[in-house]
Amino acid sequence: MNTVSSMLDNEWHERYRQISKLNIRSSIYDVTNKCNLRCKGCFFFSSDEHKKSPDEPDIRKWEEFVDREKARGVNLAILIGGEPTLFLDRVEAFYRRLPTYCATNGIIKVPRERFPDLMVGISLWGDEEDEKTLRGRDTFSISRKNYEGDPYTYYLYTITPKQIGKIERIIKKIADVGLKVHMQLLSNDEGVDGFSWKHEELLDLRKEMDEVLDKYPDTVISSKYYHQIITTGTMLGRPFGWMECPSVTKPLDNRKPEPKRLIEFIRWAADLKTMHRCCTSETRECSTCKDGAAHMSWVMVNKRAHMRSPKDLQNWIEVYEMFAKLYKFIPW
Amino acid sequence: MPDKKTILRVAEILIDELKLEDITPETFNPDLDLVDELGIDSMDLTTVVLVLQDEYGITIDEEDYPKLSNVTLIAEYIEEKLKEK
Repeated sequence: MNTVSSMLDNEWHERYRQISKLNIRSSIYDVTNKCNLRCKGCFFFSSDEHKKSPDEPDIRKWEEFVDREKARGVNLAILIGGEPTLFLDRVEAFYRRLPTYCATNGIIKVPRERFPDLMVGISLWGDEEDEKTLRGRDTFSISRKNYEGDPYTYYLYTITPKQIGKIERIIKKIADVGLKVHMQLLSNDEGVDGFSWKHEELLDLRKEMDEVLDKYPDTVISSKYYHQIITTGTMLGRPFGWMECPSVTKPLDNRKPEPKRLIEFIRWAADLKTMHRCCTSETRECSTCKDGAAHMSWVMVNKRAHMRSPKDLQNWIEVYEMFAKLYKFIPW
Repeated sequence: MPDKKTILRVAEILIDELKLEDITPETFNPDLDLVDELGIDSMDLTTVVLVLQDEYGITIDEEDYPKLSNVTLIAEYIEEKLKEK
């Protein structure tokens, strides 16, 4: 029988110990149905999820809701939207009670005097030109100014097929303003022409992602195994899809057999009552989903499957460390 | 120290439920840390706990999970719960 200590040397075993008992329990919260952008390919708006339920306007109800979530065992609140920074009182209801991560397009700066160590992830889609095409404006130049040097902020860089051969320029710009970056791939939910992935593009991209990780290790928060998983859509020979996804809302999960999944994960709508199917939208085709967090979590929940060789287990450790760094459970 | 029979049965349940290979209840080291050494996670533990609850007719609270870090401690926990019944 393989045991962890029989497979790892002291250094790797120590890294394993640092993360093995973190027991991260995340859930995702739509803070609002409103946004100050309307991006082509945003899963939230393209699937009409913003019309499914109204925003809960009463801040006391948000506070009580977060208390209930904490009692349910959630120890990481991931805030999405809409644009969460349009409703900072709701963000604060989470921030005062739980480790909280806030996704944003970066147009509105989170006031640090009110949220000194709130984890902020700025979405960036491709480069300046892609941003104009997909999001209607170049948010990158605004968010860079807003968050320059911020120690609790990183870019969530959604790479598009048009970025192949060009991602280093973006990574360098992010490094130049003293921020970190994590990479994921566009899922092109609205089928915008030229923004869907071809197999050979994904092969090229993987190599390029590895290269920027090697060249900018202090800026890029990633791992080569994650690059392999996200570009191939397979892990240990298993293809990603509905029957493998770890981030399906637990009370709506009727899969049989139940796959390894995030414990008690729920994605809540902004009425605090409605639950969405998963971490993205139910209109998305799971087999081509490129959501970075879903793929990271997929690796994380399959720890014992990675205990077949020392290299597999080291790969698992690197992905778990990456996730723990992104949400500040361990230092960058 | 818990009864040997309880230890062997807990080890057997772990092996069966988690599909552990190349190990029998008799060769299972009951003091092996389940997380640090076997790599089991919360979902694995939940699976095992459901079987233990059925088998012994006890309730295992989730807040007690951190106490269940090896087979000996699980067996002790079960025997304590049975005494309380």
